[in-house]
Amino acid sequence: MSFDVQAVRAQFPILSQQVDGKPLIYLDNAATTQKPQAVIDALMSFYTQTNANVHRGAHKLSDEATRRYEKARDQVAAFINANSREEVIWTAGTTEGINLVAHGLAKQLEAGDEVVVTEMEHHANLVTWQQACIQSGATLRVAPIFDNGELDIETFQSYLGPNTRMVAFPHVSNALGTLNPVKDLVAMAKRYDALVLVDGAQGIAHGGVDVQDLGCDFYAFSGHKLFGPTGIGVLWGRRSVLEDWPVWMTGGEMIAEVSYQSASWGALPLRLEAGTPHIAGAIGLGAAVEWFGSLDLAAVQAHEKALIESAMLQARNIEGMRLIGTAPNKVGILSFVMDNAHPADIGFILDRQGVAIRTGDNCAQPLMNRLGINGTARASFSLYNTLDEVDAFFVALRKAQSMLA
Amino acid sequence: MALPSSEEIIEDLAFFDDWEQRYQYIIDLGKALPRLQDEQKTPERLVKGCQSSVWLVTSVNEGKLHFDADSDAVIVHGLLALVMAAYNDKTPQQILDFDIDGYFEALDLERHISPTRGNGLRSIVGKIQTLAKQTA
Ligand SMILES: Cc1ncc(COP(=O)(O)O)c(C=O)c1O
Repeated sequence: MSFDVQAVRAQFPILSQQVDGKPLIYLDNAATTQKPQAVIDALMSFYTQTNANVHRGAHKLSDEATRRYEKARDQVAAFINANSREEVIWTAGTTEGINLVAHGLAKQLEAGDEVVVTEMEHHANLVTWQQACIQSGATLRVAPIFDNGELDIETFQSYLGPNTRMVAFPHVSNALGTLNPVKDLVAMAKRYDALVLVDGAQGIAHGGVDVQDLGCDFYAFSGHKLFGPTGIGVLWGRRSVLEDWPVWMTGGEMIAEVSYQSASWGALPLRLEAGTPHIAGAIGLGAAVEWFGSLDLAAVQAHEKALIESAMLQARNIEGMRLIGTAPNKVGILSFVMDNAHPADIGFILDRQGVAIRTGDNCAQPLMNRLGINGTARASFSLYNTLDEVDAFFVALRKAQSMLA
Repeated sequence: MALPSSEEIIEDLAFFDDWEQRYQYIIDLGKALPRLQDEQKTPERLVKGCQSSVWLVTSVNEGKLHFDADSDAVIVHGLLALVMAAYNDKTPQQILDFDIDGYFEALDLERHISPTRGNGLRSIVGKIQTLAKQTA
């Protein structure tokens, strides 16, 4: 197999549109990715042919809806190499998955316990643990990064100890692009029997996630950053940990028996999935992992590497452009600031040229403070971007630079 | 250049037919809008958007409202100049009667003032309107 970027692009209807009369150049993939026709078709087919609630109907539509919905769980389990389908918990996204774990942990933490995160966290993987610590009296320890955006592993390691209960870090940083050595970090935490959660929001679409191989206890990601619908995500958890993890939300679907005064919880995965789930979303995500899984991963990764390398190289020729995040292991994300040009202004002028990027604090205010900046402009690439688009981005950027001079 | 009136701005912008000239005009307008002193940029005056920050200083002068505003982004500063041209040194009633959405539409800039753009402009307009209501 190999990788034909034009053939892949052709499967994404949105990419052929024009913005203000110019071809759309979509470089905001870290915020959300676009959807291939296969995912759109799966959603359409669900709503036009089998829409019904799951696990409860006494009729054919409900049986079919349940079958497709649970098949999606199998597809995701296979995609991340879960031990079993029961380890795949549907959530609304990464944020909800981390909250599910953090709320459960808050009930178990005590003063003296420690939770370790890193300086490069997205708010979703920071505020959650920070609040769990505030509620329980535990201590949050924030492992530092170097100025290039790489984790200071030695110091990270020195923060681990017998009091460490949870270690949480991103697979890939959304603001910096840093790819963390997940397996190594997990192994360090496991020396102290700490639980480990990996924020996989940005890592999952990089491909090749094998949760058994990583050795962590939780891996959370969002469907919408993996070519799937918004509003659906996955919390993968190790069965032995999930089985008696405190329930967070209660209600229908998740119970075994209920009286007016008490209730008992059902089995995994439903015990952690209260209420009617996002059925269409799960089916759409199933289609997304099926689609993504059918690509030649090595070729996809080589293509993505070519994109970021071309971008890093061209950035060197732009006077006054400073890259934020230059760790040697870096994927997909070009964050930068410019002398004499505010990120918001750059964003405005790129937008007028059809180039979509993100500007601002990247949902990582403490990280921006740590780096001594207010925010960045961020171009983020996905497998359907082309080298021509990288070039066009720099043409647009030069124009912004000259207009703002 | 001195800051033109809102009517003049609508006329000027109608004259340009490409986006580059329009944006250049907005950037130049921003240059005509005086910057605040650093000590005027207090936290109470800060309206933090998620992409850029703006500061608003208000005062009342013989029944008319006066505003000084600043932003760390030059296009937002230019858009502030557009807002200042519409509102500055007007009576509260004149401010409340002014159709700001229509104004931005006439300028073909409505996407900059929409609540979905986190640049703080919408909040500035809200603050000005609230103050006008309180003083009217
Ligand atoms: C690293 C990281 N963590 C968590 C999240 C939160 O994801 P969601 O908003 O889909 O829940 C994001 C999204 O931007 C992210 O990039």
